[in-house]
Amino acid sequence: MAEPRTIAQKILAAHGVEDVTPGAFGLADVALVMANEVSGSVALTEFERTGAERVFDPDRVALFADHFAPAKDVRSAELVGRLRRFARDQGIEHYWEAGSTANAGIEHTVLPEEGLIAPGDFIVGGDSHTCTYGAFGALGTGMGSTDIAVALALGQTWVRVPQSIRVEYRGSCGAYVTGKDLILAYLAHSGVSGATYAALEFAGPPIDRTSVDERMALCNMAVEAGAKTGIVAADETTLEWLAPKVGDRALEPVLPDDDAVYEQRVEIGLDGMPPLVARPPSPGDVAPVGDVAGAHVDQVYVGNCSNGTITDLRQLCRLLEGRSVARGTRLIVVPASQRVYRQALTEGLLETIVAAGGAVSMPTCGACFGGHMGIIAAGETAVATTNRNFRGRMGHPDSQVFLANAYVAGAAAVTGELCDPAEVLG
Amino acid sequence: MSSARIEGRAIKLGDDVNTDNILPGPYLNLTDPDELGEHLLETYDPEIAARVAPGDILVAGRNFGMGSSREQAQVAIRARGVQAIVAAGFARIFLRNAINVGLPVIEAPEAAAAIADGDTIAIDLEDGVVECGGERFETVPQPPFVAEIMDAGGLVEWARRRIAAQTPNP
Repeated sequence: MAEPRTIAQKILAAHGVEDVTPGAFGLADVALVMANEVSGSVALTEFERTGAERVFDPDRVALFADHFAPAKDVRSAELVGRLRRFARDQGIEHYWEAGSTANAGIEHTVLPEEGLIAPGDFIVGGDSHTCTYGAFGALGTGMGSTDIAVALALGQTWVRVPQSIRVEYRGSCGAYVTGKDLILAYLAHSGVSGATYAALEFAGPPIDRTSVDERMALCNMAVEAGAKTGIVAADETTLEWLAPKVGDRALEPVLPDDDAVYEQRVEIGLDGMPPLVARPPSPGDVAPVGDVAGAHVDQVYVGNCSNGTITDLRQLCRLLEGRSVARGTRLIVVPASQRVYRQALTEGLLETIVAAGGAVSMPTCGACFGGHMGIIAAGETAVATTNRNFRGRMGHPDSQVFLANAYVAGAAAVTGELCDPAEVLG
Repeated sequence: MSSARIEGRAIKLGDDVNTDNILPGPYLNLTDPDELGEHLLETYDPEIAARVAPGDILVAGRNFGMGSSREQAQVAIRARGVQAIVAAGFARIFLRNAINVGLPVIEAPEAAAAIADGDTIAIDLEDGVVECGGERFETVPQPPFVAEIMDAGGLVEWARRRIAAQTPNP
C-alpha cells in the first residue's frame, strides 16, 4: 500500500499523475472535456493554433450552448453557430443547444443526467462551476479557454495537485435548511479565498442524508471559496441515482484512506442553524436570513447550475401553493434542464408557479451571469438561488443580489421581502 | 525568458477583485479584443478603469481574479496594454489562465502592500524580484513546470510543439 491518499489524490493518480504530493505538478489524462459557447468561442481559436486537426476523442468532448442561448442577439448567435459547426465537423455527438434536443439545458445539470459523469472521473470544463460534478464523487474543475483548447487537442491537462480540506458536518438540519445552506455555512467559515487551490471533501452524517440535488448545490459553490473542487464520496445515494443513467458502465466509488492527510479539518455544526443568505457583493458574506429580514425584494430568481433542480422547484412551490407573488415583486423560474422542466410539468409545479404570477423560462444560464432573461436595474434588489452576487453580476452595478435557498426565495416572492420561510409556512 | 525585465506605472486595486469586475458578463459575447478591452474593470471602478494605459502594471491585493473561468478577462487586460499583474495572491483559475496565455503574474504580498498607485515599478521575472522606490521585494520563483510553459510563450505554443513532435492520434 502506497502513502494514504485523499479522494482528489486518488483520482489524479488514476488519471496518470505520477507524483500526487500536494503542490506537485504533473500531466493528467481527462475523462471528459466540456465547453460552452462563451468559453468555446475563445477555445476554438486557440485549438486551431495548437495545430491539432481533430479533438483527442469526440466521444469525450461535451459542448453546450447554454449561456446566451437561445441567442439573444446576432453576436450570441454567431458564438452558438461556431460551436454547433465545430461539433458537426468534429463528429461530437455530445452537443446540446436549447430547442434542438429533448434533453438540453444547463451544462452542469445535463452532463450527470446524461450519464456522462461517474465516481472517480476527472473532468475539466470551460466554466468555473465544473466543480459541481463532485456531487457524484468525481473530480470536476473549471478552467479557462486555453486550457480547454489544449485538453481538446491532447486529452491531457497540466495540474498542480491540490491539498485537501476535510469539511465534516454534524448535527441535524432544521426545517427549510438545504444543501445551499451547507455550502453557505462553509463559506461563512472560509470566506472567498480560504480554500484557494484546495480540494474540499464534504462528509459527515448530514451529508449522508442529502439527495444528489442538494449535493450538487453544495459542490457547485466550492469555487466560491477559491477551491479547485468540492467532492462528496460516492455512496448508495449516488449509485442509485447514476445506475439507470450510465448504461453498463461499472460504478466504483473512490473513498479517501482513513489516514489520508488533510491540510485542514473543519467541523460545522448544524443544530439550530437557520437558513442562510450571502449578502451582496460577496458569496462569502454569509448571515442568518433573520439578519436581513425586511429588505424589499424586486426580483426573485430560482434557477442556475447550483439550484435549478426539481428539488428546488418543489421547495419553491411549497411557498407558492395557494399564494401569489407579492405586488411589487416578480418571480422568474428557470428549470436547469429540459428533464427538470418536464418533471416539473408532470408534477404540476409549473402550473403552481405560473398561477402564483411567476414567469417560467426555458433552461438557460441567462440572468445568473448578467446575460439575459432577468437583468435587474439600478437600485433593484434580487434574491436568487444562484451562486454569485458580485457587483453588477445580474445587471446594473448599483443593483444587489442576495444568494439564498429556494425556500427563502419562495418566501421573498410571496411576501415581497427577505424573511425566514418559517414565517410563511410555520 | 526573452523580456525578463518589465517597468511601468502601477495601477493599484484592492482585495478580491473578481472576474465580473474585470470583464462583466454581458460582454462575453464580444470577440474583438479591443472591444473587450474597453470594458476592463468597468464594474470595479469606472475612474480607475479609464486610467489604465498601455505599459501599466496592475497591482492588487489578495485573491485577484476570483470567480469565473472567463478568459475574456485576460484578453481584455492584454488589449489595454497591461504588461503584468502583481498581487498579494491570485485565484486559482485566473492564475492558470494568465500562465497559459503568457501574461506575467507575480505573487508578492509585501510588494503589493508597499506599492502605491502611480508608482513606477520594475519587475525582474527571471529573478522573481519586484522593485519600487529603491526597495526590493523577493518573490517565490515559478515552479519549473510553469516556467516551461511561460518559456514556450504560453500553453498553446507548448502544446503545438508537443503535437508537432508526435504522430497525431497514435
